[in-house]
Amino acid sequence: MSDHPLVQLSLARMREFYREPEAIFWVFGFPIVLAFALGIAFRNRGPGELRVAVQQGSGDSAVAATLARAPGLSAVVLDSSQARLQLRTGRLALLVVPGETVVYRFDSTRTESRLARLEADEALQRSRGRVDPARVTEERVTEPGSRYIDFLIPGLLGMNLMGSGLWGVGFSVVQARTKKLLKRFMATPMRRSDYLLSFVLSRLVFLFVEVAALVGFGWWMFHVGVRGSLGAVAGITVLGSLSFAGLGMLVASRARTIEAVSGLMNLVMLPMWILSGTFFSYARFPDAMQPFVKALPLTALNDALRAVMIDGSSLARLGAPLGIVAAWGLVSFVVALRIFRWR
Amino acid sequence: MAVAGLDLTVEARECFGLLGPNGAGKTTTIEILEGLTAPDSGEVEVLGMRWTRGTGESRALRERLGIQLQDTQLADKLTVEETVRLFRSFYRSAHSVEEVLALVELEEKRTSWVGKLSGGQKQRLAVACALVSRPELLFLDEPTTGLDPQSRRQLWEVIGRFRAAGGTVLLTTHYMEEAERLCDRVAIMDHGRIIALGSPRSLIASLGAEHVVEFALADGSGRPVAPATEELAALPGVRAVRPAVDRIALTVEEVHRAVPALLALLERRGAELSLLATHHATLEDVFVSLTGRQLRDE
Repeated sequence: MSDHPLVQLSLARMREFYREPEAIFWVFGFPIVLAFALGIAFRNRGPGELRVAVQQGSGDSAVAATLARAPGLSAVVLDSSQARLQLRTGRLALLVVPGETVVYRFDSTRTESRLARLEADEALQRSRGRVDPARVTEERVTEPGSRYIDFLIPGLLGMNLMGSGLWGVGFSVVQARTKKLLKRFMATPMRRSDYLLSFVLSRLVFLFVEVAALVGFGWWMFHVGVRGSLGAVAGITVLGSLSFAGLGMLVASRARTIEAVSGLMNLVMLPMWILSGTFFSYARFPDAMQPFVKALPLTALNDALRAVMIDGSSLARLGAPLGIVAAWGLVSFVVALRIFRWR
Repeated sequence: MAVAGLDLTVEARECFGLLGPNGAGKTTTIEILEGLTAPDSGEVEVLGMRWTRGTGESRALRERLGIQLQDTQLADKLTVEETVRLFRSFYRSAHSVEEVLALVELEEKRTSWVGKLSGGQKQRLAVACALVSRPELLFLDEPTTGLDPQSRRQLWEVIGRFRAAGGTVLLTTHYMEEAERLCDRVAIMDHGRIIALGSPRSLIASLGAEHVVEFALADGSGRPVAPATEELAALPGVRAVRPAVDRIALTVEEVHRAVPALLALLERRGAELSLLATHHATLEDVFVSLTGRQLRDE
């Protein structure tokens, strides 16, 4: 059994991969570093406390006390030159000048200044006896699932499946071709299908490590959960991985040099990095582009992953995107087999 | 067209060499025989089978062949053992890893990465991958090119052991020493054609003389004072005269008669020698006499 050519070929693939430290980093480390950096940079902070100041003058301390009690505001008393300086440099959201007519001084183009003005005004008006006619209550929602990192992790997963599928297959095939190893294999009774299948098999083994590393990191660091079933995530990633392995095979089917295949890889991957909604929603692209964007395999894969991870969809409802992913893989693989240069 | 009008037969259990300079069509010829290149026309029969009768017969034929290609680079990051194990998995019947590593004397490199092997060791590993299938017929394309003399001798021993066990070998080389030493018969190729075919001994004998005397004159080319070709040919014992760029080579039957006569002739002309050498005729001399060019032009 362990001497079956498919097993030996797959083992060779895997050994060549894990004995290449750079490859390990780009496949496993890089997406985690990216998730960490982007997760930190775009974490949901909320508006936090807005800093307002009351200008020194009569009644300043009473106004400051009222404002300090308001939720979301912190208030200090400053002399006028200090206050103006801090307002100009953005350290103050709002300056309140007490008096017969209360003056709000703020930059109306800054969101937090306008927010501070609303909050301060409400606190002051209420303290002077304003009664709100309508009765309201609040329900606050801060659930995981709506944050940027929740959007990002499935996208990074999709992008990683694309990258490792294309590079993993394309690079080794072309390397074997340039080193005349492919030709050497052709001089043995090896079945061509065994050779091609060995890429698929070894990809699947690494796939689980890849997915587990990224999903595990997202959960551990940012509490990004999987709302749908893990089985569905596994199914989608296997399909995506096979599809991109097929695409990698197609890209590598004729190329004779590493340079040529690298160029082709980037040509294939670059549009998808930008268009397929890995880092931001593809809804931002014009309507005219949407059918094209949605037909890309990475778009469909990302959609399917987000549907399961964020919305908890079942596989049955993801026929359309999964169909697109499968079709890309199948067509690429069949074409690659027909035009493959074996020597 | 790389090769044309080739017609040759390799007998079972013999070692047959294709000898010729780079670009003579040796590799194209051997790859057509190996079924890696399809000929535009003509017929190839290997071990009674043909490459053109479908994948079933081709695969059955591949089971019986051992092939080493000229410029294969085996995967650097696999060990010797892993590489052999991979190749042996392709065959229905094969040597064990231990057996084949013993055949090429690489036992102590078993766990080394291929990338760390010396050139000679890599080449023996390539031959091990060819031998692992217990082939009846072994194809070797320039097996010793670029190797140091010791590595070359080690490979010759490997080939010798394979032949002693009853195997047939077809190899290409541009080292005539190798061809003379290993091959029962050689075909000398030039510009895609066979220009001579026979045992090394008979080819050398076809020169009509066993020795070669080479000389050059002190003033470089020295052509004005050098004797004319006819005069040299008329010297006793000289069979052929081959002027080359920097020297003149004479094929002679009896060195002891030809050399004194040559010296006397040069003496009369007042020409001074800068080189005088004699050696037993080799396949190189056969090639030069047939083409007027050196076998190795590097």
